[in-house]
Amino acid sequence: MASTPEIEGQKQKHRPIIRIGIFIIAHSLLVSVVCCVAGVLALFLLPVLAKKTYISENALMPGSASSMISDQDVSGATRFINELNSLKSKSQNSGIEIPRLIALHMANMGGEVSYHKFQTQQNNFHPLHFFTSPNAEANFVNKTCESFAINTIGIIRAPRGDGKESIVLVTPYNPLNLSQTEALSLGIAYSAFSLLTQVSWLAKDIIWLAADSQYGQYNSVAAWLRHYHSPSFDTCHESNLDSTVSVSVSVSDSFRRAGTMAAALVIKVADTSEEFEQDSLNIYAEASNGQMPNLDLINIASYLAVHGQGFRVRVEKFMSLVDATWLKVIGHVFEFVGKIARSLNPQWKFGVSVKEYVEGSATLVSSLYNQALGVPTGSHGAFRDYQVDAITMEISPKLSSISKSRQTEFLFRGGSLIEGVIRSVNNLLEKFHQSFFLYLLTSSNRFISVGVYMIPFLLLVAPLPIAAASLFSDANNSKNPPSTSFKSWRWLHPTKTVFLIHLWGAIVSLLPYFTYQIPDANPTSRLLTWISLSIFALIVLRSFFRSYSEWTLLKSVTVSASFVGLCLMSVINFATAEIGAMFLVPMCLMIRPWRVAGKIQSFFSFVLIVFGFPGSGFFVVRGLFGIENGSGFDEFWYWVESLWAWNSATYIYICLVHLPCWVLCIYILLHRC
Amino acid sequence: MARLLSIFVLLVFVLHVASESTGEVVEQINGEEFTEELLFRPLPDRKVLSHFHFESKVPPTNSYGHHHRLFPKAIYQLVHKYRIREMELSFTQGRWNYESWGGFDPVSSSNAKPPGVELWAVFDVSADQVDASWKNLTHTLSGLFCASINFLESSTTYSAPDWSFRPLSSNLRYGSLPREAVCTENLTPWLKLLPCRDKSGLSSLMDRPSIYRGFYHSQRLHLTSGEFDPMASDHGIVLEQTLTVVLQPDALETRGRKLQPNWSMSSLFGKTVDGKCALAKSSNVYVQLEGSLVHNMKDEGDEGLESNLNFEFSISPDRIMKEVNSFHREHSSILYGFSIKDHHSKPFDLGFKWNLPVTWSCVKAPLRVSRFLMGSGNERGAIALSLQSTEWSQSLPKVDHNEEKCRLKVDVFQVVPWYIKVYYHTAKVYVDGVPQSFGDAIEKLSVSPSEDKVSPGVMEMSLKLPCDLKSASLTLEFDKGFLHIDEYPPDANQGFDIPSAIISYPDFQTCMQYKQDNASIKSPMVSKMQEKRKILSYTEVLLVPLTTPDFSMPYNVITITCTVFALYFGSLMNALRRRVGEEERLLKEKDKKSGKLPSLFSKLSAKLRGKPWDPPSSSSSSKFISSKTAALVNILILNCLGVNVMNLIEKAASILGKKLERTKFVKMLFGTDFEN
Repeated sequence: MASTPEIEGQKQKHRPIIRIGIFIIAHSLLVSVVCCVAGVLALFLLPVLAKKTYISENALMPGSASSMISDQDVSGATRFINELNSLKSKSQNSGIEIPRLIALHMANMGGEVSYHKFQTQQNNFHPLHFFTSPNAEANFVNKTCESFAINTIGIIRAPRGDGKESIVLVTPYNPLNLSQTEALSLGIAYSAFSLLTQVSWLAKDIIWLAADSQYGQYNSVAAWLRHYHSPSFDTCHESNLDSTVSVSVSVSDSFRRAGTMAAALVIKVADTSEEFEQDSLNIYAEASNGQMPNLDLINIASYLAVHGQGFRVRVEKFMSLVDATWLKVIGHVFEFVGKIARSLNPQWKFGVSVKEYVEGSATLVSSLYNQALGVPTGSHGAFRDYQVDAITMEISPKLSSISKSRQTEFLFRGGSLIEGVIRSVNNLLEKFHQSFFLYLLTSSNRFISVGVYMIPFLLLVAPLPIAAASLFSDANNSKNPPSTSFKSWRWLHPTKTVFLIHLWGAIVSLLPYFTYQIPDANPTSRLLTWISLSIFALIVLRSFFRSYSEWTLLKSVTVSASFVGLCLMSVINFATAEIGAMFLVPMCLMIRPWRVAGKIQSFFSFVLIVFGFPGSGFFVVRGLFGIENGSGFDEFWYWVESLWAWNSATYIYICLVHLPCWVLCIYILLHRC
Repeated sequence: MARLLSIFVLLVFVLHVASESTGEVVEQINGEEFTEELLFRPLPDRKVLSHFHFESKVPPTNSYGHHHRLFPKAIYQLVHKYRIREMELSFTQGRWNYESWGGFDPVSSSNAKPPGVELWAVFDVSADQVDASWKNLTHTLSGLFCASINFLESSTTYSAPDWSFRPLSSNLRYGSLPREAVCTENLTPWLKLLPCRDKSGLSSLMDRPSIYRGFYHSQRLHLTSGEFDPMASDHGIVLEQTLTVVLQPDALETRGRKLQPNWSMSSLFGKTVDGKCALAKSSNVYVQLEGSLVHNMKDEGDEGLESNLNFEFSISPDRIMKEVNSFHREHSSILYGFSIKDHHSKPFDLGFKWNLPVTWSCVKAPLRVSRFLMGSGNERGAIALSLQSTEWSQSLPKVDHNEEKCRLKVDVFQVVPWYIKVYYHTAKVYVDGVPQSFGDAIEKLSVSPSEDKVSPGVMEMSLKLPCDLKSASLTLEFDKGFLHIDEYPPDANQGFDIPSAIISYPDFQTCMQYKQDNASIKSPMVSKMQEKRKILSYTEVLLVPLTTPDFSMPYNVITITCTVFALYFGSLMNALRRRVGEEERLLKEKDKKSGKLPSLFSKLSAKLRGKPWDPPSSSSSSKFISSKTAALVNILILNCLGVNVMNLIEKAASILGKKLERTKFVKMLFGTDFEN
């Protein structure tokens, strides 16, 4: 605006708010640099700003009742585990004996038992599957009764309850090859179930789902949930299962239900290779597309584990980051700053120790990564699709091999932990709503709520509209407007280009469906087909472009498109948008045609473009976070495959926002001015 | 003299009353009657059903007058005030287990009730007054039974079924409150209607902790009156009060197998009966053994009914009644009767002891019914009713006498609150997984769609299903509606209830004909069993989670309104006070004597952008507000705005984080459930 003539400037009187806007746009470069730096800094500051968790819903009252689990329940569980082990050691194992044994025990304890037979579903990529709800009629399709897995379901009806709500316990196990840890997890569920059949305080029904995980843990739970929420017609009635069950057990042949689910707990026992001084509990919570269960559920589980049973609660973290020196340096800086802050005012509770900071960041990064990936971290993810809060509780014993007496103690503690959590959820009259749904964990008892973690993202994204506006005004004030009559419509041409490139992105996202039609191809060839088809599509679309001289307008539109895309994505999956913004924002801001820009700037742009490509970005992220990666294209293909198999919105983001912006950036870089 | 006379009259009256009240106990006046009965029935899953049955009768008013000795006055007045022809009120806690406790016999068919409160009444008034009578009745009952029955007053909660609930019922209103908690405060007023309350007689067994500890608890009040019916002039008011409790006696466990427990009155209730209620005409205890149990015991070899090796009573039964013309085959149940005399010497404590282990299963309803919700998300869903065959329906003939395919008729009556917007045209019927055409499966259908905030949706449907079906299901899709903020109950986040649907089988009637060896004793309970009645069963109550607003929303509304007002008044003031010429003059003056700071700043900014520095005469950034008052107003407005905006941001963050589930957004944007 500095170049505006004096008279014009005096005639155009702007309101203060507009003047501030004009001022910011005029200093867009400075603002961009400051905002980006502040955004990255705020991101590093997040572990320091994490708050302590607290139980928000008073009705939960965790730990207010003493544990009622008795030796009888535990000895029953021990007997059950022994029977399972003896079954395993028998020669032939067709995968039916173990469900039958579980059903027998469930029925003897007084549960209502039924089987659920299901078949695995292939991970076919359906391009329109993203946009349509799954067809309920799919269940009616006649299936062959050949290979099916059997979930065993036991239901305790609350004696005085009205049966409107239920709590689900899930124990995944593989009936074909039952491991010791799976047997232990079944034992823990047994001890809790055995207690719950006798208690009088139940207000919600209890469902114990022994999920047959021979086709995957997630699949079995998802199949059961799908069945639970749609009318079922068992087209194939296999009699070999029911008839051979011992006489005294009544297993109903129909599918049983028990009201709306209030919460679900997946119980697993980890196979510990290393020895700890304490039993520990790992909590996994991430469901598809970064959806999290209510924080209260995690809180009660960790509260009861720590205060009730003396477990050490852990949340997943990137181990490679714990030893990273650069992180330790940052930690030292923050510790120092914290000390200064405290010396200034003892009221300021700012600053953490280095160890805490490093652990917090490692957990935070893992939390961000898992949410951004959009792939559930366990079978609890299936519940989130039905708005049921669910977590996986993975208990790891302190010793890898468990002795007899140790096993009893372990079952006792595991059983009482489950009992405590169920009792707490049972107390709850309403569904979980009191605490947070949007948060990142930095440890099992520290979290960052949405109000805090959106600040770095906003700071990162804020320069984009400013840069776009400044470029646009620059282009309008350029010396030689080509055609004066259409001056105000000049932005239409670059918009068309940007639109076509985004259209290309949409086509790219659909192409895997066609590559899947190629019979028996290996991943590398599929990936190459995908890439070549994409390039071909780009060339075809290229013929619609009209080359013109102005790159500023094109960049302006590109930047605004990426801004819109990032903001939309932040609503769907915040973590993806956050990580995406880290790649996209510097690239979009930095890029200039190499003829216009200096050598250093073009070099930086080139480096950013190399890292900004989704494929290389994938390897960079993996290398940075220390995820053991296989080699080559296969890995990348499998990764992409998993993304669309899990219906992850990240896939949509990469194809519809990230990739087009990347292509546009290259286009700008190579622009002939 | 007059005073003396009056004293004399009073004396005579008092004496008369005294003599009458003593005489009444001894001789039963042929008018009013009260009987008390108790039925025990061992259940297959090691529990015991106890069913109390009290009946009070009063002859019609025209022949008997308005004064009663036994009949509760409150009920009499109620009947007369609201001109009730028939009424039933039940309070239930827990669920009746149709599979293991039976669903075919008269006791379960009439005493298995949905959880909470259920009320229906038939009025003898003109059709336009029925609703008014119903509303008054709910309020009266609410006061009488200490329950929130008055919530049934609102027209959104009750309905008027035409034919599926009771045949040919006009002037009938039906309502239920699934969430009503039932406790002793409801039992006490109910007991007050009995002439002996719980002080003596069978009702003295009702020890509160033991009857509320049970697995099922249902107290019911049913009354019929012929007062307003000129045809049945000899039929007065009959009040039938029942309490059905399923209790679990302490079980024996031997070698891992759980056996049928022995039980007695004292072990079940912790109390014994001292004697019958002095006002009762008869006081009987019955033990009923089901047909299949009797059948299973016979296999183990015994001769007569009197001596049975399988079990024994602590008191020998006074009479034994065997079921005749049983509906199903050779299984006929046996009823053992014990009458309680007015003996004060020894408390009556009936015990039942098993000698041999026996297992059996009870007679189930023709179909096993369950109802559940389909779909996910806060937008829409579907109700599914699944009907599954039981052994009973599998034994039905496949082909009728007339060589026609046998059809099983099932009536469904379902009331759905208005905020669950059911689309009745989406009704689909599947039989064994095959979709059926409407005409094939549905014989009769009457629907009254819900009207927002006025009336619930009512569906009455008569299905005809093939007898050889394995399973059938009926699905109805619905949209979840939005409520106004003050229509939400305090616990809105729990979800909203859809009351139980009623399934009845009009083709089958339950009735147990007992051959009585002693015809002189007429038992109202046994005669009740002999009445033919439709088999009814109730489905589960459903819980639908609806979208609930953030209830701290009023605060947000206040902040946003304030912001809008601030903006509006700000711009209005701006427009009103602005004088362009004056401002320009002032600006020019300002420009002349612009200070050092602005020029320094513009120099700096010019350097930053790498452009030659223009002299400060071009002043895009150096405009100052003209008058002092305007500045003050602007500052005030800006302050207000700033505070409001800060508040808004704060609230928005908290809403985002806490209250809104992101799922909704994702669902809206993607329209998918992220399955696989």
